[in-house]
Amino acid sequence: MSGKPILHYFDGRGRMEPIRWLLAAAGVEFEEKFMKTREDLQKLRNDGDLMFQQVPLVEIDGMKLVQTKAIMNYIAMKYNLYGKDMKERALIDMYSEGVADLNDMVISYPYLPPAEKEASLANLKDKARNRYFPAFEKVLKSHGQDYLVGNKLSKADVSLVQVIYHTEELDSSVMANFPLLKALRTRVSNLPTVKKFLQPGSKRKPSEDEKRIEEIKKIFS
Amino acid sequence: MAGKPVLHYFNGRGRMESIRWLLAAAGVEFEEELFETHEEFEKLIQGGTLMYEQVPMVEIDGMNLVQTRAILRYIAAKYDLYGRNLKEQAWIDMYVEGLRDLSDMIMYFPLSLPDEKEMNLEYILQRATTRFFPVYEKALRDHGQDFLVGNRLSWADIQLLEVILMTEECKASVLSGFPLLQEFKVRISHIPTINRFLQVGSQRKPPLDEESIQTAKDVFRFEHGLFLKNMSTIVAEY
Repeated sequence: MSGKPILHYFDGRGRMEPIRWLLAAAGVEFEEKFMKTREDLQKLRNDGDLMFQQVPLVEIDGMKLVQTKAIMNYIAMKYNLYGKDMKERALIDMYSEGVADLNDMVISYPYLPPAEKEASLANLKDKARNRYFPAFEKVLKSHGQDYLVGNKLSKADVSLVQVIYHTEELDSSVMANFPLLKALRTRVSNLPTVKKFLQPGSKRKPSEDEKRIEEIKKIFS
Repeated sequence: MAGKPVLHYFNGRGRMESIRWLLAAAGVEFEEELFETHEEFEKLIQGGTLMYEQVPMVEIDGMNLVQTRAILRYIAAKYDLYGRNLKEQAWIDMYVEGLRDLSDMIMYFPLSLPDEKEMNLEYILQRATTRFFPVYEKALRDHGQDFLVGNRLSWADIQLLEVILMTEECKASVLSGFPLLQEFKVRISHIPTINRFLQVGSQRKPPLDEESIQTAKDVFRFEHGLFLKNMSTIVAEY
């Protein structure tokens, strides 16, 4: 009997947020156990639950899955968000990996030392506006369909919409020249499962504030 | 009509090497178009086949695939090196993602600043012997089988051999505490397709030397700051 997946992480977005989005979009209820202190992380390590001593960790279907991409792939396959064949999967992966590269910049930004922040933000904005969003806009334009691959929702759409929201928090006009991406964002946001996730009270995490960032750094110090 | 896959990269290991290993292990012949200058790289970008203006790029089955993981997963799935079910796939994914973390550190190591080299090398070896290799030694010990997952060759085994050899180039005796990995290395090296790839004259690339580091820097216009940023990103505890 498999219960709900259990997510082990700190109470913040970090590398777990794309996983929360994907589970939520798939309509899968999950539980969370938050690490609050360094000792909490140490306990997980001592218990032997973390294959590479790192989080995220997701307990699902009797497995203790680590490594964000392994977790995302498993969830996407299980809940039919990974295309219908190998070629669709290749496209979904190609798009998801690009989204993840942008998301890495977004995730790391709040944790940077103040002296590095300005240059990093400029780079992030440049990449979003000139590399990543144009590439996805082009994909949508090329086939005119509602979703990136195979005319069906996939993990690529979910992750792209997540990174759109989070990039916009850092660059409020970033979406100005991407009408098809805006339409995708609206479409995905209106799916019942995603709509629910976007309401207050869901497991979606807010952007980390200064105080929270200091706490999180202590866990991993 | 499917021709051979065509790999687009510079003439070095970088992120393409894992792809070369996987194709070779699967017995798939491939061609390479290797650029040597920044201008040649620019020309490839102008050609419009690089979705994010980045390499690796592999032309395969009518697609211009970019993003290393997307390429590797496609090859693994196509040539039946990705397990027989979803759970085996999950284990393979976990194993290869861990290996990528280690191989990234080694890949970026030649780009270290001179006065950070020793520290970075120590860090790599410490991570290899305390965080990564124990995982794979334990996996082999726990099930006593010849391969990491599902008692048959998979992408995880091929990548583990690749990373073992890369790490041994950093320190020849790095496997000394890992008897099962030592046996694994010999066993996997003897698989005919892999054995062929390990011979001189194959498409396997040598480690970076002074000259090829400079070529890589020129081709990709790596900035000074990028090296540091990459290293600190990799070594950041997460």
